[in-house]
This record gives sequence, structure tokens and C-alpha cells, in this order.
Amino acid sequence: MEWYLPVIWAGLIGTAVALYVILDGFDLGIGILFPFAANERERDQMMRTIAPFWDGNETWLVLGGGGLLVAFPGAYAVIMPALYLPVIVMLLSLVFRGVAFEFRTVSYSKTRWSFAFTTGSTLAAFAQGVILGGLVQGIPVSNGAYAGGAFDWATPFALLCGLAMVAGYALLGATFLNMKTEGAVARRAHAQAKPLLFLVLAFMAAVSLWTPLAEPHIAARWFSLPNFYFLWPVPVVTAIVAFLLWRWIGNGREVPPFLAAIALFLLGYLGLVISNFPYLVPPSLSVWDTAAAPASQIFMLLGTLVLLPIILGYIVFVYWLFRGKVREGEGYH
Amino acid sequence: MKFDPAMLARLQFAFTIIFHIIFPSFTIGLSAYIATLGVMWRWSGREHFHVLMRFWSKIFAVSFAMGVVSGVVMSYEFGTNWSRFSAEVGNVVGPLIGYEVLMAFFLEATFLGVLLFGFNKVPPWLYVLSAVFVAVGTAMSAFWILSANSWMQTPAGYALRDGVAYPTDWLAVIFNPSFPYRLAHMLNAAYLTTAFVVLAVGARYLGAGKFHEEARTMLRMAIGLTVILAPLQLIIGDQHGLNTLEYQPLKVAAMEAHWEAGGPAAFEIFAWPDQAAQTNRFALSIPHVSSLILTHSWDGAVPGLKAVAPAEQPPVVPVFFAFRIMLGIGLFMIAAALYGAFLWWRGVLFETRWYLALMANCWWIGFIAVISGWVVTETGRQPWIVQGLLRTADATSPVPAGSVATTLVLFVLCYGVVFWMGIYYINRLINRGPEPSVTEAEGLANRPLMAGKDALAAGR
Repeated sequence: MEWYLPVIWAGLIGTAVALYVILDGFDLGIGILFPFAANERERDQMMRTIAPFWDGNETWLVLGGGGLLVAFPGAYAVIMPALYLPVIVMLLSLVFRGVAFEFRTVSYSKTRWSFAFTTGSTLAAFAQGVILGGLVQGIPVSNGAYAGGAFDWATPFALLCGLAMVAGYALLGATFLNMKTEGAVARRAHAQAKPLLFLVLAFMAAVSLWTPLAEPHIAARWFSLPNFYFLWPVPVVTAIVAFLLWRWIGNGREVPPFLAAIALFLLGYLGLVISNFPYLVPPSLSVWDTAAAPASQIFMLLGTLVLLPIILGYIVFVYWLFRGKVREGEGYH
Repeated sequence: MKFDPAMLARLQFAFTIIFHIIFPSFTIGLSAYIATLGVMWRWSGREHFHVLMRFWSKIFAVSFAMGVVSGVVMSYEFGTNWSRFSAEVGNVVGPLIGYEVLMAFFLEATFLGVLLFGFNKVPPWLYVLSAVFVAVGTAMSAFWILSANSWMQTPAGYALRDGVAYPTDWLAVIFNPSFPYRLAHMLNAAYLTTAFVVLAVGARYLGAGKFHEEARTMLRMAIGLTVILAPLQLIIGDQHGLNTLEYQPLKVAAMEAHWEAGGPAAFEIFAWPDQAAQTNRFALSIPHVSSLILTHSWDGAVPGLKAVAPAEQPPVVPVFFAFRIMLGIGLFMIAAALYGAFLWWRGVLFETRWYLALMANCWWIGFIAVISGWVVTETGRQPWIVQGLLRTADATSPVPAGSVATTLVLFVLCYGVVFWMGIYYINRLINRGPEPSVTEAEGLANRPLMAGKDALAAGR
């Protein structure tokens, strides 16, 4: 019990974070692509594609943060102070973006709220990348508490991860728009997808090279034997998915590019998990070091196992209900 | 006041949670009101209950959305600002907060969607049932978060090993000694707060000569409820106070500005507590009344602040004044409810213009009372974050004061904009008033903020 409970919880929180990154990823991406639209009418159409989903998507972030407090208070108590400024910038960006999202739809000045929406979405994406980078590059810990300064996270690597996240979300957003819209918006998204794909691949390559070079334990994880025998398919599958994504965009396919973009994200996520498991706070604190008492993890697991399937079922239902394309000048509003 | 990181962290938490509590204290009560309207609609078949239900649901949606966005921030602040609190008592408090998050999530994902957007898509009984479940869900959310807070006031059911609290008995943790009183006091406060908002809106419409039938229903329901709940709150508050006297005597001493222990003790109607001098500068007091309130006897002995060193005392000024503001509003509510009931009995409630005008301007009093009550209980617990177990100064994150100050300014700016926008749109919705028919097709969605569009459309 002492051994596998933290692993179950790491799996649950990992799933929540992965769901968050993919689901909120494409709607943040649409915010990032907002400035490239020709006019506010196109932006209306872009927004309508995510209108029924966005705040359901965002609630996974609450489960991720709340879950970390419940299951791994030791990690929560180190990560939050270490990444204090990016975390709070992310939260405030999401607040602003959420409000801008709604108030824009019938405001007197759409442009102002479009600007707030873009700024909030882009800053939130960038901050999330910085948080990820800040985690991967390692957090100094002494006696179970954060032992660094206010700007330790602000390294070139973390800033690179921030830009990578913006590009990645934009790719998710473009392939989503390519799938969910028609007309000028779909054509523009289609044209944006390929350059964004190359940008994302460049960032992925940079991160994949940087991490093993900077962190010896990550290099050892990937390149030592026999690990390498099991892990070589990860970059190979990533390359295949990237190639398929490129082909499908070229062929004018609609649904497959979005699924391939999701797969690309999941592979990148898998790579990070492989690099760092079982460390929640690399390079020192593992899931077992930071786990809550078994009694606490079990107590919370009971409620989660009952409620989580219901929530998942409802989300599937909502996506099914709002299936189909969003055309110009029509929608849920 | 020295701006050390702990003080800044407290200011930031106080600011964000005061902003947050405004919305749950409204939505807990409003969801119950909406559910009541729904049941009465099905029961009586009278359409104006349905019209009112739809009207208040839109206002509920905007408030709930504000509660959600400010609540997301709270769930991260335990780590960003109070990491040592999370590390040391996370085993116990974490799951209570976790259940609150799950309940809110579950509620939003299912029944709220039906209530807000499913009117044309589900049969009326399911629609009303969703309203009931939303009301139960918000009360359940309050249950968990108040359990967590009460544990910080009166910790129980845990064992301390190496400075970390471990749960030993979940029932004792959840139903800790102050929890039943705090839950009853807060839920009743939420219902009262909402009733006074409903009363104010009804009074506003009657004063303006609009929506007569709906306004009368609102007034009758609000006065019928407050005439019971306002006096009841005095009784619950008294019981809560006795519980506090037993477990946190210094908090009571600060509420009363009593420096010396003993009896008989006077009740200070007004005083200026001087903590440096450990005395009251000026006092207007009624002899024996404090003994009577706290011990229910004429000469009973009450605790004094001087029982501990000044550094161990809670800050007296904010606790003392916040308590008087809360009590004053509570007494005013009782008077307003009883007088309203008297006017109703005499059959002149809807014609007494000064009373309607006064009530129309009193929509905010419940919120101030709720915030004051929280200031009393949270400030009165200082210097502890978990009474007797963990000091506030030992619970902060290792974050420099500059970071906390910067983000505090950001919070004030962002929340300032969001708050005034929210109030502005709710006010627009109220000015538009209840509308009899709904013809437009509305989509079912898990997005409460969407109702903001109604608020905006209302102003066009």
C-alpha cells in the first residue's frame, strides 16, 4: 500500500494534467491565433468553436492543483513557492481571459476584449511552459522546502519551454480550427498548421537535446543500456506522427491532423515522464518522498473513483452534443 | 505595521478570500431560493414562480462564475503563500479541500448545466430537480470547506509526528468541535444575505412601479424567511460564541476587548482598544451584560487577554470592531424583518414607501456581516494558523516579500476590474427584470460564464 498508492495518485494527477494540456491547449491556442484573423467576424467564428467547452476544460487545472495538494503535499509545498511568479501570472491570465471571453461576445468594443483574450491566452500558455521548464530543470530543496530565490526559474531553458508551449498550443488550435470551421477561417488555420508544425518540431528537438546535455540523470535514463532498447521507439514514433501530420495537412484532411497534433503532445509528455519518473520535484523528491499519509490518499481516492467517471462521461456527452462544423455567422450564441 | 513576507501573505490571502467569499455566500442562498421557486412552481402551477426562477438563475450564473474563477486562485494559494501549512497539515486539511473541489466540479459539470442551459431540453421535473441538486451541492461544498476551516480553529482526530499532522480518525477530523456551529452560522448567514438581496430587489421594483406580481412574491418570501432566520441567527451565534469561549477563549476576549479575566464583566458598546497599553482608551459599557451573554449568568467570569503575553494575543482592534459590525447588522436584520412582518400583517407592506426605499438600499448588508464574521474568526485565531498547532509566521512559503507585494498589487488590479464588471452586469440584469417568456433556443453547456451574455444583452 505504501508503495503503490502514490503511483496510483501520480497516474491520476498525470492524467488530469495531460487532459488539461490537450483540452485547454486547443482553446488557448485559438486565443494565440486571434491576432491573425482578418476581422472581428472571423474571431466570433473562432470563439464559437470553443464556446461550449472552455471552462469545462479549465476545471482540469483545478483538479491538477487540488490533487497535488491532497496527494502530494510535499511536492505542492515545494513547487508552488519555487514557481511563485509564473503560477500567479498564469492564474491571473486565466481569470482575465475567461472574463474577456464572455464579455467580448456582446460588448460595445469587441477589439478591446479580443486584445485581452489574446494577451491572457498567450501569457497563460507561456507561463505554463515556464512552469514545466522550471520543474524539469530541477528545483533546489533543503529539508523538504524550497531553497532558492524568486527568479531561479528564469533560465534560458524555461523561457524556451514557454515559447515552445505557445507554439504547441497554437498548433493544437490551428488543427482544431481546421477541423471545426469552414471558409476563410478554416483556410487560414490550414495555412498556419504547417509552419507551426515545423516550429513545434524545432522546439521539441531543442528540448530533447538540451535536457540530456544539461541533466546527467536524464541522459542516463535514455542512453544507458538496457533502457535504450525499450525507449528508442519514442523518438521514432514521434517522427512518424510528425510526418503523418505533415502529410494529412497537405492532403487537406480535417480530423486526422488534430488527432496527430494531440498525439504529438502526448508523446512529448511521455518523453518528459520517462525523463523524470519517479521524481515529482526533480532531481530530489520522488512521488514516495512527497506523498500524503496513506490514510489521506485512500480517503480521497474513494470519492475520486466515484465522481471522476461521472465527470468524464458528462464531458464526452457535451463534446458529442456540440459536434459538427461552426460556420460563419451562426453558432450557439 | 511592518511589511514582512508573513504580513504580506496574510494581506494577499485576506484580499483574495474576502473577494471570493462574497460570491459563495450569495450563491449558496440563491441556489436554495431558486430551488424553492422551482418547487413552488410545480406545486402551485403558477407561472410567475417560473419567471422568477429563470430570472434569478441568470444572476446565479454570473455570481457562480465569479466564485469559480476566484476559487481556482484559492486552491493554488495554499501552496504559493502557505507552503509550510500545506506540508505540515496537508494530510488532514488536503482531503477536506479536495472533496470541496470535487463536489464543486461535479456540481458544475452536471446539474448546473441543466439548470442554466437545459430549460428547453429536459422535462420540467428534471429541471426543478437539477435546481434542488445545485442547492444541495453548494451546501455540500460549504460543508467541506467549513470543516477544513473549523479544523484549523479546533483541530481534532490527528496525531503529530515530527511536526507533521497525520489523520487518526476522519470522523473526528470532519466533525471537529467547532464545525457544527460554524456550518450552521455560515449557512444561515448565506441564506439571510440572499434573502436581503431578494428583499431589496423586490422593494426596488415596487418603488419603481415595475413587475408588481413578481415583486410582491419576492417581498413575501424574503420577509417570511428572514423573520425566522434573523432571530435564529442570534441563537446560533450565541451557541457558536459559547463554543468559541470553550476552545478559543482569547478570541472571545478580543471580541469583547476584555483585558482582565473575571466577572462580572461589562459589555463594551464602543471602546478604543489600545493593545500597546493593554487597556481600553475609551469605553461606553453596560455592566454585567458581557457576563450575561457569555456565561448566561449575571456575575459570570469571562476570559481576559492578559492571560498571555501581548505577542500571543490576537490583534484586538480588527476583531473588536468587526464583531460589532456583524452584531449590529444582525440586530438591524432582526428589526427589519420583524417590522416588515408587522407591516405585512397590517396589510400595508406594499404601500409603506419609506420601508421599501430603505430595504431597496440594504442589499449589501449581509455581505458586510459575512466578511466581518470571517475577520472575527480568522483574525481572532492569530497568532495561530492552526490553533495551538502551527503558528501563522511558521506557515508561510519561502518567498521574498517583493514577490508577494508584486502579486498582491496584480491581484488588486485584476480583481478590481473583474469585480466591478460583475457587479455592473448583475445590476443590468436586475434592471431588466424578470421576463415572462423564453423563446430562444438555448444550448446545454458546462459554462456558467455564458450567462454573462444575458447580462450584456440586457444593457443594449
